[in-house]
Amino acid sequence: MHASISSLVLNRLLLGVVTLFVISIIIFCGVELLPGDLAQEILGQSATPESIAAFRQQLGLDRPATERYLEWLLGVVSGDFGASLANGREISELMGERLGNTLFLAGMSALISIPLALTLGVLAALYRNTAFDKGTSICTLTAISYPEFFVAYILIFLLAQTGFFPSISNISGDMSLMEKAYRTVLPALTMTMVVTAHMMRMTRAALINLLGSPYIEMARLKGVSPARVIVRHALPNALGIVINVIALNLAYLVVGVVIVEVVFVYPGLGQLLVDSVAKRDITVVQACSLIFAMTYVLLNLLADVLSTLSNPRLIHQR
Amino acid sequence: MTDNDLLLNIKGLRIEALSDDGWNEIVHGVDLTLKRGEVMGLIGESGAGKSTIGLAAMGFTRDGCRISGGSVVFDGEELLEKNEKQKQALRGSRIAYVAQSAASSFNPAHRLIDQCCETAVLHNVLDRDTARDEAVELYEKLRLPNPGEIGFRYPHQVSGGQLQRVMTAMAMSCKPDLIIFDEPTTALDVTTQIEVLSAIRDIVRQFNTAAIYITHDLAVVAQMADKIKVLRYGNEVEEADTRIMLSDPKEEYTRSLWAVRSHRSVEKPAVKDSDVPIISIQNISASYGSDGPRVLHDVSFDIHKGRTVAVVGESGSGKSTTARCLSGLLPISEGCILHNGEELPISSKQRSKEQLRELQMIYQIADTALNPKQRICDIIGRPLQFFLGLRGEEKKARVRELLTLIELDPDIYYSRYPTELSGGQKQRIGIARALAAEPDFIICDEITSALDQLVAEGILKLLERLQSELGLSYMFITHDLATVEAIADDVVVMQYGKVVEAGTKHEVFRPPHHPYTELLLSSVPDMNPDWLTGLLQQRAAMDGSGESVKRPEASNPKESVCQSN
Repeated sequence: MHASISSLVLNRLLLGVVTLFVISIIIFCGVELLPGDLAQEILGQSATPESIAAFRQQLGLDRPATERYLEWLLGVVSGDFGASLANGREISELMGERLGNTLFLAGMSALISIPLALTLGVLAALYRNTAFDKGTSICTLTAISYPEFFVAYILIFLLAQTGFFPSISNISGDMSLMEKAYRTVLPALTMTMVVTAHMMRMTRAALINLLGSPYIEMARLKGVSPARVIVRHALPNALGIVINVIALNLAYLVVGVVIVEVVFVYPGLGQLLVDSVAKRDITVVQACSLIFAMTYVLLNLLADVLSTLSNPRLIHQR
Repeated sequence: MTDNDLLLNIKGLRIEALSDDGWNEIVHGVDLTLKRGEVMGLIGESGAGKSTIGLAAMGFTRDGCRISGGSVVFDGEELLEKNEKQKQALRGSRIAYVAQSAASSFNPAHRLIDQCCETAVLHNVLDRDTARDEAVELYEKLRLPNPGEIGFRYPHQVSGGQLQRVMTAMAMSCKPDLIIFDEPTTALDVTTQIEVLSAIRDIVRQFNTAAIYITHDLAVVAQMADKIKVLRYGNEVEEADTRIMLSDPKEEYTRSLWAVRSHRSVEKPAVKDSDVPIISIQNISASYGSDGPRVLHDVSFDIHKGRTVAVVGESGSGKSTTARCLSGLLPISEGCILHNGEELPISSKQRSKEQLRELQMIYQIADTALNPKQRICDIIGRPLQFFLGLRGEEKKARVRELLTLIELDPDIYYSRYPTELSGGQKQRIGIARALAAEPDFIICDEITSALDQLVAEGILKLLERLQSELGLSYMFITHDLATVEAIADDVVVMQYGKVVEAGTKHEVFRPPHHPYTELLLSSVPDMNPDWLTGLLQQRAAMDGSGESVKRPEASNPKESVCQSN
């Protein structure tokens, strides 16, 4: 069993590295395609072509793309993301705190949304086709149907204008955990409203899909209560699906925060990405994108391992 | 009979099912009474309402069904007036259920022992530790191997026959007054069936448990039941004590059920040595995967024109694997397959269209072998177009011809979907699809196993008629020896991937037998109600131990065979 799990992890990690390699090419090409570059952006429209060319040479932007790509790739492989073009600071230092903040926000959102979605999903399956089931579906689907920035402004209107929570989530490293959490409530709630519907609907669907199984009928004929049928007999068999949906949404919580971070002026990776794109600070853009890609690969790997562990048929050989 | 003895009293039970055009009655006022410790056999074809009535005895209906009338009195209490909570308290503790397919009725996510103890712990009959101890005791009583350890396995780690006994132990965990057995041995091999039947019978007698035993197999019910009730289309046909029912059935329908087993094919002239067999399998071996365990060992037999070769054996004996090798789906590693004297390429990919056309297959589960999104005319029309290049009106006419050949009215069935057909009709479509390619040889893989006896007999008769009209050869794979007797000319007995005995039907079925053939033959239930008792005594006397069935080979490589599938 342990051998099969570790070989699965190893296998997937190798595949993940290949995936990341392909993604690095796509990112680099995508960034190359952006109109204009840092030199133009900083010197402005009135700059002479000579000064722009000189600045480019200073930044190393005049070298061929393949050469710059290989240099970047070698740096990344050895753990060095290079320096920001705009201000010369080390990118790893620049991103470190931002990444921490983004993960903090994702963690907060996950802490609220995952238990909420699972509970609602189980309850909706238990009371399927009742007013409760339909009400839950209507509410969560409504929440997901609005764009994130709209949900964010509604929450600001309802909860910040009335003075419960700050509308600007400007956190910094010297704040206490409670203070940070308090300031992060609104963006976390916004993210929750965006991801809950998907997880809840999938949990509900996975459970209801299993209710026709002979072993569920058997459980009912053993005199097991409906709640226990769902939680004890259906849920363990639905875990594989539920775990994968949660992983996808967790990845979205890390990667999809860009707009929410901008609305709440939250100092996360998304903000950094948006700022860097505006400044044509391509080394930072590349680094951020790669971190996002890595998050997806790692969370998917985690989901695969966990859903394998949740299935006795895969762990216990016959 | 005093009222005290009466455990279950069902009066005028009516059950409705929801269909497209509203609620339709499927059980029309059935009465059923059962005393403590009594076993009632419910028999009938599928759709007769056996399971529905069995479940109604627990106050339970499947989704889309409802009890619309009558009463179900269990131990003096009206079940239909109880609310869900009260019925829950009764289910599992006083009335238990044993399902047809133990493999799918155990929750794959939990260990067997936890599932066995759940009922007793939940109903506060026993605490957890006592429940575990008692479960192990029950495993022992049901003659399960390693009773102390088997409960800690997951369902997928235990064989079908053992699972069925574990499920009986689960039903017994609260020592209920009544157990509903819903076709508990239908999915099992004959040899395994005997172990399960005798285990169930012993334990039911030991605890004086009343039981409703649902089955479509008359010989099985004859061994188990004190009295038999015959059902058809949700109505009672008749009810009587087992012996009376077997020897002197009153109704025409019951007699027709009894008569099914007597069907025999006409004997064909013997094969001449000079005849070239249509298919000659010569010393083939095969394994799954390049380094997987070998599942076929040196298998050889011939199939001659116009004859039916039945390949019999338990699950895991290599019957279907041989068919897969023949059809080129599983490449053989050694030996060769000759078709009319010419060697066939081992993989279907290397075979010519002509070679593919001449060898067709019919599958066990017609439901999954027919594409539900295609109309009958497309299903049968496809091989016509692919192999014979028929199109348009020509194709249409041939499809209609084929439908007539398999005794379905083309005007009605031409443009229907498979879901609109019954099980037997679907199997006929499977036959028509095979015939469309105009093959000279057809592999029939357990094609009647999932069908009721009367329907299965219709299919067998159709196959025989087609054989005499078209000169077809069949390889008929089955584990049911009654079917073999009905249709086969030659018989090949397989065990653990080897041929243990082969010859004409008379040679194989006439003593002296190979020990494994003997075991198979003696395990087929007989209509005689004393058959099981007699057989068990005989076997016990022979090997001097209490063990019910002794296999001719001590080790069981079957496990490794299953794993590779």
